[in-house]
Amino acid sequence: MHVHRAERLWLMFAVAMMAVFLAVITVAALVDGMIPPSRLQSIDPTRVSQTPPFDKPGLHKIADHVYEAYYVAHIFAFDPATIAVPAGSRVTFFVTSADVMHGFSIPETGVNTAVEPGWVSSVAHTFTTPGTFLLICNEYCGSGHQLMAAKVVVR
Amino acid sequence: MIAAATTVGADRGDAAVNRAAGELLVLAHIYTATLVLGIGALFGMLQGLSRASVITMPDWFDYYRMLTAHGVLMALVFTTFFICGYFTYSTYQTIPRMRSFAVGWTGYLVMLVGTVMAAATILSGNATVLYTFYAPLKASPWFYLGATLLIAGTWFVAYDVIANFIWFKRHHPGVKSPLPSYMATVTMIMWCLATVGVVVEMLMLLPWSLGWTPGVNVSLTRMLFWSFGHPLVYFWIMCAYAIWYTVVPARFGGTVFSDALTRVAFIMLLILSTPVGLHHEFLDPGIGAGWKWLHSMITYGVALPSFMTAFAIFASFEVAARKANVRGFWRTIAFLPWKDPVFTGPALGMVLFIFGGFGGIVNASYSMDVLVHNTMWIVGHFHVTVGGPVAMTFIGASYALIPALSGRKLFAPKLALLQTYLWFAGMLIMSTSMHWAGLLGAPRRTSNVTYFGAQGAATWHPEMVWAAIGGMIIALSVVMFIIVATGTYVANVKLPNHRSAFAFAPLDARAMETPMVFDKLGRWAGVAVALAFLAYVGPIWQQLQQTSYLAPGMRTW
Repeated sequence: MHVHRAERLWLMFAVAMMAVFLAVITVAALVDGMIPPSRLQSIDPTRVSQTPPFDKPGLHKIADHVYEAYYVAHIFAFDPATIAVPAGSRVTFFVTSADVMHGFSIPETGVNTAVEPGWVSSVAHTFTTPGTFLLICNEYCGSGHQLMAAKVVVR
Repeated sequence: MIAAATTVGADRGDAAVNRAAGELLVLAHIYTATLVLGIGALFGMLQGLSRASVITMPDWFDYYRMLTAHGVLMALVFTTFFICGYFTYSTYQTIPRMRSFAVGWTGYLVMLVGTVMAAATILSGNATVLYTFYAPLKASPWFYLGATLLIAGTWFVAYDVIANFIWFKRHHPGVKSPLPSYMATVTMIMWCLATVGVVVEMLMLLPWSLGWTPGVNVSLTRMLFWSFGHPLVYFWIMCAYAIWYTVVPARFGGTVFSDALTRVAFIMLLILSTPVGLHHEFLDPGIGAGWKWLHSMITYGVALPSFMTAFAIFASFEVAARKANVRGFWRTIAFLPWKDPVFTGPALGMVLFIFGGFGGIVNASYSMDVLVHNTMWIVGHFHVTVGGPVAMTFIGASYALIPALSGRKLFAPKLALLQTYLWFAGMLIMSTSMHWAGLLGAPRRTSNVTYFGAQGAATWHPEMVWAAIGGMIIALSVVMFIIVATGTYVANVKLPNHRSAFAFAPLDARAMETPMVFDKLGRWAGVAVALAFLAYVGPIWQQLQQTSYLAPGMRTW
């Protein structure tokens, strides 16, 4: 099958461009660990309030500037509603849902994950600048979805 | 051979007698799509105003109910009716055959009953689950039944399109299939494969919403939905491409640049459209990162037929310009019929698709999706794609289809022309500000994004105002389209030679020979099924191993 020379060049350019993009995301994933949140830990959503550590949602200090935060998402709030950490802290968030689908997003940071009943989601972020960050549900969960927000205070 | 030729001749005569009924069927699809677009646009405009904090929707018709209606009507109903009508038309026009319209009409009526059922349930507030209907949100059974019927109706249309293709191949051994019928058939095969997932999902949700089963597997229903949700996008795009390849060049005396490469592009779309759904679930727990990477890679692959299409369209511009002794970039642009709405609709849509295509590559880029997932960026993206090239192409094509089908002269052609430019301007304003709001972190699917005046949320407001302005311009443009579409029928000015109002472009004289292997669609469908199976069996197996939770339904609205 004969393909016009200009079209051959154009397609070679397109294939090369997609190959470069693929190489970039693959190298970033393998070398820098830049992979989307894909935790495979399941949980019984009907027993979230009795399942440690989600029976006591909140911030846990692991070491200086290293924290783990356990969140329960339910209509239409996050538990805990506010956490506070010093600037420069690396916080690993663990979130699960007690009812329907929710989202877990801190705008202007890389914190963004789906929260699904039956699973624990996890995402980590280092907060370098002080300020009050808005934490919002970004998946429709019902009539009060627009109210579902919490705060992360960085001192 | 002689017998076959006689049959074709006889068919052609009878087909002409029979054609009027077929035209009514296609016209029914096009006008249904037009009406749905009007209702959907009204809701869209009100959403824009809500998000800009200009209005607040009342409790008896709340934002999320309206958002569900907007999404379902625009993404599932408007597009599907137009596409079914268009591909029925391209099949009937290019396959000369005595035929019954019973299957086509049955399909249309089943789609219509399903649409009315689903729409009434949404508008009554019993299915405020948005167009993705993620479990455990539980809608009324009428919603799931209506949506299932809408899809079941399209299967009749697909059967009609595919059966005509098979009839042609059987009666014309060794003859290449007509390109418009070929595109219709490939798209419908893709659609049948794509809808398997969502129908299986419906078979889980329907008994669950009736209370016959206690729970559903949330992760599984999500994966089944997206195994349909992305090829749905390609269903729209393949129809728009079919019009770009074969109808747009006819508006400036152009030709189809390459029959063979057009078929290659469609086969690639058939094979690669389905195994990409996980790029909508990059942020889901319970799906291994490797599977997500695989779907990311295949999504890059499905960008290639779009690059091929871009080349072919621009080549058809240039070939036609050169034939008219026009050379040079700007002169070629100026040569094109910028005063013909049938051309400007699709052509301005192509300009928007440059943004839509590259934005789509960003979304598909695995780890990069974290920055834009469920933000207004995504809303900007699908408006500059389905609301850009797809809707503008369908509207532009309607300006030729409605006169050709109804035998009536197009009403207010200047209004039609202005409509296409206005839509383009409105969409550019709306989608640009939506993209920008998304980068600032504004969430999608939220009725009010002020968050009690929280710091961080304030930066989104100016963008939401611009989006509302763009949305109002588009809504005005839709009103103009409806005036032209209904005015054509009501004014009833007879159009002589009306069937030539809509023409398919001829093949370029210098185009290469098309290998017959492209017509062996059974084989290509087999490859598509195999690839879809391989892409999904792993992640589904992984999920089923990890969780056995069956969610009871919840009504949180």
